[in-house]
Amino acid sequence: MECLIGIDLGSTTTKAVVLDGEGRLVGRGITNSRSNYDVAAKVAKSEALINVRFEMLKRALREEARLGETLASFEASLLAGYRLECFLGSLRRLEAHCRRDLENARFEDDRPAMQEALQRIFAGVEASARRVFEPGSVARSDFFRDLAGSSYVELAAQVARAGGPSFDRLVGVYDRNIIPVENETETRSFEELLLEAFAHVPAPLRGDERAIERLLREVSTRNFEVVRTVGTGYGRVRLPFPKDCIRSEILCHGLGAHLMFPATRTVLDIGGQDTKAIQIDDQGVVTSFQMNDRCAAGCGRYLGYIADEMNIGLHELGPMAMQARRRVKINSTCTVFAGAEFRDRLAAGQSREDIVAGLHRAIILRAMSLLARSGGIANEFTFTGGVAKNPAAVRALREVAEENYGKLTLNIAPDSIYTGAIGAATFALRDVLAAARQS
Amino acid sequence: MSTTFVNLSSAEERRAAANAIKDQSQERQKELIAGYFSSLAQAKANGKKVIYTFVPGNLTELIANFDLLPVLPEINALQNGMRGRTGDFIHLAEKGGHSEDVCTYVKADIGMLRSGNVGPTGEPLPKPDALLLSYTGCFTFLKWFELLRAEYDCPVIMLHTPYQGSGQITPAMREYVVKQLREVVIPKLEEISGKRYDEEKLKAALARSARAEEDLVGVLESAKCKPSPIDAYFGGVYYIGPIFTAFRGTQEAVDYYQLLRREVEERAAKKLGPVTPEGALEHERYRLVVEGPPNWTSFREFWKMFYGEGAVVVASSYTKVGGLYDRGFRHDASRPLESLADYCMGCYTNLSLPDRIDLLARYIEDYEADGFLINSVKSCNSFSSGQLLILRELERRTGRAGGFIESDLVDPRYFSAANIKNRLESYFQMIEAKRQRV
Repeated sequence: MECLIGIDLGSTTTKAVVLDGEGRLVGRGITNSRSNYDVAAKVAKSEALINVRFEMLKRALREEARLGETLASFEASLLAGYRLECFLGSLRRLEAHCRRDLENARFEDDRPAMQEALQRIFAGVEASARRVFEPGSVARSDFFRDLAGSSYVELAAQVARAGGPSFDRLVGVYDRNIIPVENETETRSFEELLLEAFAHVPAPLRGDERAIERLLREVSTRNFEVVRTVGTGYGRVRLPFPKDCIRSEILCHGLGAHLMFPATRTVLDIGGQDTKAIQIDDQGVVTSFQMNDRCAAGCGRYLGYIADEMNIGLHELGPMAMQARRRVKINSTCTVFAGAEFRDRLAAGQSREDIVAGLHRAIILRAMSLLARSGGIANEFTFTGGVAKNPAAVRALREVAEENYGKLTLNIAPDSIYTGAIGAATFALRDVLAAARQS
Repeated sequence: MSTTFVNLSSAEERRAAANAIKDQSQERQKELIAGYFSSLAQAKANGKKVIYTFVPGNLTELIANFDLLPVLPEINALQNGMRGRTGDFIHLAEKGGHSEDVCTYVKADIGMLRSGNVGPTGEPLPKPDALLLSYTGCFTFLKWFELLRAEYDCPVIMLHTPYQGSGQITPAMREYVVKQLREVVIPKLEEISGKRYDEEKLKAALARSARAEEDLVGVLESAKCKPSPIDAYFGGVYYIGPIFTAFRGTQEAVDYYQLLRREVEERAAKKLGPVTPEGALEHERYRLVVEGPPNWTSFREFWKMFYGEGAVVVASSYTKVGGLYDRGFRHDASRPLESLADYCMGCYTNLSLPDRIDLLARYIEDYEADGFLINSVKSCNSFSSGQLLILRELERRTGRAGGFIESDLVDPRYFSAANIKNRLESYFQMIEAKRQRV
């Protein structure tokens, strides 16, 4: 299959999408941007291609596997098994790194105790992963670092409390070794992983095992020809491909939003470290834009800090704010001050829910100022970026936008986080078509 | 201007030609500026008195009339900025109690003063014998001289410059300024210098000013050629150097601008692009009009973000802060004080917002620009207030792509290279996308 890839290298996450030759979106992949952009781009791209294969696999299973009523359960189980295998692969690499770390002289005094502690912690992380990756359960995060990290830290605390090595010492080992693990990629092929995932599928769901195994092998080895890849995002200059394959994220977000909602005229993108207000015309061409500079106050990281401060997951923040009963007015959107602001309000007796709702409104107000600078909000209005997944931010945006610009259509696509990548992939497709026309 | 096409056979030859041309006028410009700083260093030894004054609305010919030397604090600040000295100066000024929000030219100046008042070329700067405030449209100038007055305990000569609110200079406004020149500025300068005002000498100087101004306009307007032989912003700041500082009204300025104009016209005839720090720009991809001063602390890096993408600035408002000669104004020997009055009131930041918009819109059309870009400077309210309105209005009127970036004059902390580059690249790609649409 011929395909085109768009990669959006953001400060928090790296997204990739795959388009087929007709411009249809056939695969999505996302990973955390980590310390190495090259790896992040590689992982997101391979995730997106795996996503394509899974879609192909689903189609093939539907058409050929004759699984009948168990089809859906089979799919869910296979996918969960696949994810578990990927997770366990990374976990084993992490454990190997940590164990090698223990050979260092700094562990001379407590090496056996540390070894024993690691043994217990890794066994615990694996056990909890098996629960997390049960078919149908929802993980707190899609990323190895988040899942393994929270589980490791919890277990390290237990081990330390039970008289093992100190918590700091245990977490130090994790912190030192997670980075190299994140920068390595899976060594097993998709085919190998899929067959191992198949082994996790419970017997009653497995159907005609030989036929299904043949199908899995066949889909795993189908050839993709990536005709062109275009990269965008804050880290785009780090992407290992030529300059003409790199586009500004402003243009990509504008085009991506246009493709999702063709009547879009204004786009707001709130990402990890920047907020962009973009005006586009009826073809998705950017006519004006503004973005925050010097300071990342009010960007996605602001909410990240608050979540860290409260020791909850980032995606739990929005639902919590939705429970607010009163509106707390918060003026500062300084990320560094966010924690102090939050504690201050708590001390003043305000509820967590109300404060968090106030924080959401504060970042939206800041975004409104950028929107005004870019030329205001024209109907239709499309909200993209990681923060568009947050229901409280969306609610605040709708309120504030309508207070200022009247009734309007606010679009948020389920694929919102992939907007930039979709724009980039479409630029790739257009480049290919233009080159074909020229020759 | 004639634009005979001369085909130079190779890129190498074109570059060599470009560099040969660059050398002569650039060397001369460097000599002039260096000579100026040396004359300041030796001023006291040579028995010369010194007047501190600012570029907008400067009365250079009048100052020279009394054999006084001008010192221009904002030139010192920007020259120091280009030499990487202002970060420490600003730090020192802030340590002394000046807020982070104060104009960074002021803080760079105060910091330099606190560090021994050694100028950008490493030579000491003389203390002022008087401070001459001949443009009051920038309120910061007033406060700046208040600080210097406290520091040096010297007289201040103040010329109040009416704002061109209605978009023109009325006879009453002119008379008001001339009266101040006659009754306040000239007598004070006589008193300080111990010399009599010599109107014939002034007239001769103004005649030389007008000749240099004519050639400067020729240089700036060469950017109407395609490709433009000059960059009217990054290159432009070098071109305006002598005439905006101590050399207006001198024979040196007349000669320099003649030479420069000849070189630029040759470049245009040969269809050569502007000279950049990495040689002549070979492929002009984007023609821009730029509003606002440049950043000085990362000047080269900032410039590269433009020429690296083939972007050439064909007209800029910043190169008009010391005179809007391309709108027809010339110093005039037949009406010496009146033309000085018009000059003071005619500087770019003394124009009303609608006037600035008209001017920029005209540049966009006349220079066939693909777009216009605003470099909004945190430090400079004279420039920055109203810039977003300017942007919106220009977009509406011209339909060309507008861009907006933010930096600072001489505070290195406010130049975020990654951010600015990101915006510029987005902006250039936006122009490209608009083009393809058309």
